[in-house]
Amino acid sequence: MVDTMLTWAAEAEHNPLLPPLGEIIIGLIAFAVVLFVVFKFVAPAFEKAFVARRDAIEGGIERAEAMQAEAKAALEQYRAQLAEARTEAAQIRDAARAEGQQILEELRAQAQEESARIVARGEEQLTAQRQQVVNQLRGEIGALAVDLAGRVVGESLADDARRSGTVDRFLDELDGMSAGTASADGRGGNSAYVPQGDR
Amino acid sequence: MTPSALALVDVLAAEGGGGDSGFQAPGLGEFYPEVIGSFSVLGVSFEITRITIILWIATLAISALLLAMARNPKIVPGRLQFLGESGYSLVRDGIARDVVGPKGLPFAPFLVALFFFILANNLMSIIPFAQISPMSKFAFPLLLAMICWVIYIVVGIRNQGAGKYFKDILFLPGVPKPMYVLVTPIEILQNFIVRPFTLAVRLFANMFAGHMLLVVFSLGAVYLFQVGNYSVIFGPVSVLMAIVMTFFELLVIFLQAYVFTVLMGTYLNGSIEAEH
Repeated sequence: MVDTMLTWAAEAEHNPLLPPLGEIIIGLIAFAVVLFVVFKFVAPAFEKAFVARRDAIEGGIERAEAMQAEAKAALEQYRAQLAEARTEAAQIRDAARAEGQQILEELRAQAQEESARIVARGEEQLTAQRQQVVNQLRGEIGALAVDLAGRVVGESLADDARRSGTVDRFLDELDGMSAGTASADGRGGNSAYVPQGDR
Repeated sequence: MTPSALALVDVLAAEGGGGDSGFQAPGLGEFYPEVIGSFSVLGVSFEITRITIILWIATLAISALLLAMARNPKIVPGRLQFLGESGYSLVRDGIARDVVGPKGLPFAPFLVALFFFILANNLMSIIPFAQISPMSKFAFPLLLAMICWVIYIVVGIRNQGAGKYFKDILFLPGVPKPMYVLVTPIEILQNFIVRPFTLAVRLFANMFAGHMLLVVFSLGAVYLFQVGNYSVIFGPVSVLMAIVMTFFELLVIFLQAYVFTVLMGTYLNGSIEAEH
């Protein structure tokens, strides 16, 4: 009991809101220690770590971005090359087609020329042969006719010139008749070589 | 012997004796432990007590822990570094950057030191064998509040100029002139007396009351268990309350450390950015 009373008495001396100066100074020193530690070691270390981490992350992002840009550039390049190759191929194809066309045209023209020449020569030959045949026939028919007429009449026509004139006239008449028939029939072509199918 | 132990002896002695004195509630003596040693420097007397020893243990422990966490920091943090960075970022980003403002980052180390110093000292109130926080001695919260007080006034003068800083406090912009009769004394009181005082008292009172609660329930449990009558059945209730209050105290420990730092952040913000 006495002890307790003494304790109470002792407590009455103390005012909790009036601290002794010594305690404040001790507290100041203690806080200064923590302050020093934080200012000198902790804050710089953590700030450095934060900066390093941000750099690492940003560096990573930058690297990734650079790689992406590179890949994109490569892709663009490939696309451009592909497009170039395509246009080139198209050009080559067009050129080849044009060339082929030209060659074809040339060949056709050549062939036509050739065929025209062949046809022309054939016609020429044909005309010449016909002329030859006509002349031969004319001579032979004339001789035959004269011969026949001589035999029928029994006398030889003395004047060759007159004889040949008569024959020629006759043949011309024959010719004219034949030509008239041919045009009336609507068949073009050679008067000397009339087909007999109609008769 | 600690004051709590002395109180415990009182409790036991009271019962062992006549049994008529009843439960002796612990008193202010809790916060004035016996002086282990004392010395005097330049007329100022220093006393070495349990509480000053606890203060030094807390100070050195938090310093050592901070050093260990910040030693050799890596880009990919280890467990300890991560813990330290989380605490550091809580104050740096949550208070220095977001509360103080864009110009607040230079104050981050000070706020971090403040937060961890208070936290470590508060934690001593529930650490076994210490079980009293130096912050329940008014000297230490008062000291911290005074440091904050000096800093936010100096920062205000530096950032806004002495004239503008004091003018804005004395004559709050945007207030009708006749109102200054009322507003100016309030503002002076608010900025130069109430702020540091409430800052100190809030922390001190929380830790003081927390300690008293824990001691009362603990000693009460002992008393109820040994008093020897039907009171025994209330013993477990008292024990339970002591445990619940310990967890509550843990919450208060973190909360008060944070609140102190955040309030200092808002005061700094007011000093850095001109009043609007």
